[in-house]
Amino acid sequence: MSTMETMEDPDKEVVANSLAKYAEFRPSLVQSSIWSKKFVLFVENLSVSFDGFKAVDIPQYGIEHGELRVIIGPNGAGKTTFCDLVSGKTKPSSGRVYFDGKEITQMEESDIALSGIGRKFQTPTVFDSLTTYENLLLALPGNQGWKNNLLRPESREEVEKIDEILEKVSLIDQRQMPAKSLSHGQRQWLAISALIISKPKLLLVDEPAAGLTDLETEQTADLLLELAQEHTIVVIEHDMDFVRRLGKTVTVLNEGKVLAEGMIEEMERNEEVMEAYLGR
Amino acid sequence: MKNSDEKMIENKGSFGALLLIGFAVLPFLYGEGILSIGDINMLGRYMSFAILALGLGLLWGYVGILSLCQFTFFCLGAYAMGMHLAHHGGPEGIIDANGWKIPACLFVVYPYDVGESSGDALVPGFWKPFWNLPLTLLLGILIPGITAFLLGYFVFRSRVRGVYFAILTQAIAVAGWLVFCRNDVMLCGTNGLTRFDVIAPAESLHTFNPVVAKDSWIASHGASMEYDLNGDEKLDQLDYSIADVGFSLSSERVQLWLYWITLTCLFGSYLLCQWIVKSRLGKVLLAIRDDEPTLHFFGYKPHVYKIFAFCIAAALAGLAGMLFVPQMKIVTPSNMEAYRSVLVVVWVAVGGRSSLGGAVLGALSVNLLYNYLTSEQDILFFKWSPDYWPILLGLLFIGVVLYLPNGLIELVDRFRKRFSSPVVAPNSSEK
Repeated sequence: MSTMETMEDPDKEVVANSLAKYAEFRPSLVQSSIWSKKFVLFVENLSVSFDGFKAVDIPQYGIEHGELRVIIGPNGAGKTTFCDLVSGKTKPSSGRVYFDGKEITQMEESDIALSGIGRKFQTPTVFDSLTTYENLLLALPGNQGWKNNLLRPESREEVEKIDEILEKVSLIDQRQMPAKSLSHGQRQWLAISALIISKPKLLLVDEPAAGLTDLETEQTADLLLELAQEHTIVVIEHDMDFVRRLGKTVTVLNEGKVLAEGMIEEMERNEEVMEAYLGR
Repeated sequence: MKNSDEKMIENKGSFGALLLIGFAVLPFLYGEGILSIGDINMLGRYMSFAILALGLGLLWGYVGILSLCQFTFFCLGAYAMGMHLAHHGGPEGIIDANGWKIPACLFVVYPYDVGESSGDALVPGFWKPFWNLPLTLLLGILIPGITAFLLGYFVFRSRVRGVYFAILTQAIAVAGWLVFCRNDVMLCGTNGLTRFDVIAPAESLHTFNPVVAKDSWIASHGASMEYDLNGDEKLDQLDYSIADVGFSLSSERVQLWLYWITLTCLFGSYLLCQWIVKSRLGKVLLAIRDDEPTLHFFGYKPHVYKIFAFCIAAALAGLAGMLFVPQMKIVTPSNMEAYRSVLVVVWVAVGGRSSLGGAVLGALSVNLLYNYLTSEQDILFFKWSPDYWPILLGLLFIGVVLYLPNGLIELVDRFRKRFSSPVVAPNSSEK
């Protein structure tokens, strides 16, 4: 193992080059108009530690407008923690998060969500005692204030919009069923539908294929690819077949650091990545 | 689709039935002499408890917030109304140096400083707004509402949840009780407010001050009277006569009216809660109960909604308190004791916290049972003693939790379904 590292490694150079594009960006030093043209999300010197353990430590990293980015990495690599940091669930120990031209590091989760970052959790989070329809009703954008919610019933356009999405993910027959009676796959899709309907600028999708059948996994991949035409999406995934099917740029995280970036085939040829991933 | 329709019908049905019983059957029984005015009065009081339970039903059943200080809010309303009634009650008490009458209940426990005598007693400033009836009604709802807002603002915003919130509210209930027991907060200590006589809209609707009321009374009666305070026999006489104007609480007609008003308020509160629950905001409340952390990522601020629900529950409790006092004719700090607020939780749990009707049903049924079983009864060979009541209540609570998790309302629901299913079937086949 140590002999490998001392040797000249051609792959390592590729990796360094692929990450170099982030290094030149310093949102904290330059005007946001310059970098925000290229990146929708950018993190700088972002780190968080839990009881001394550095779960995430990323000098510079960003997501470009309109791309579908897959983040992979072994267990405990900090993938979900990265999502937590971006969506405000966890506050970083140091560093900054920029989104859509402004800093969001210290904002509350709900404000971050309102500014356009939508999130789907690892386990599909739907509201059990609400119906499928009502779950989507809550996700509609622009109605998060209490007065609106109390006084204004849903408009016809909103109902149509919900039905359209339910039709698309074939949950229309479950429209009035409480979400707790849905199957696991249906719950995943409901959670993704809720994400879509809220029209975020950036979607953070954490393990969309977890616990799905092969068929459902394929359908989910297709759904994400379709969505990618209109949205910027970050997908966190374990399932290699799923990642291959998406066929987009992959970022590998390991021990809280960005290890490499490139197409999945490149990554599979990369010794360092395979070592981290498979523990060889 | 069918399910939600059915739910609506069921609500309307039981709603109509209660309306009929409350507004027609009970007064009819009273008219026929089967129920005494005392029974009507008691039912009125229990209905004010039902309003209180409704607030907790909304808060606990729909938002999942277990508040153990609902009776504290109830007492804030009750004391507001109590101060109004004490102002206008009874001939006892004296006129203070500013010409304001010190109510009897306050006078007997007045906390004098060293060296002060009865001549130095003054009506404390915070009593004065409660002379005026509309102001009292407003304050009786606003004070608990604002208290809940402040409490909720600090507690919910810092994301105190679940059992920690329950413990906190329990502590507040105890603290509130201790404060109200003290003589020097000028709320008559453990004696409480009493010696109520009339509800006096005639005197207090337009005037904000008994001194002005007295002057206008003198003017309207064509009398020109030089009066010096406490020196004149006639003046005392006059003060009594002012106190006599209004609706006497001991009159049966007024008591019946109080019952009507309480019943109307109960249905008004029910409709208000129903409206909230059916609105989109109601869905957000349920979502908070299901999974509050996730709701943040939908762009909602759950604490705003929790404060809203908490304020509504507190305001309803205040309203209930205001309706309770003229029917009980006394309000003491014993109402604020911590166990009282726990009792509300028992009512709601027994009735069923899954629906608003359950809270009302629970409050009424447990209290009627309480009323029946805290007198001595001979049940077959068994001599029932009132001492057994807490044991029975405990067993009832355990029984409901074990066998009827959705409360008594579930029994009503099953019963209703058994009878209405043949009627519903053809309807659904038509569709």
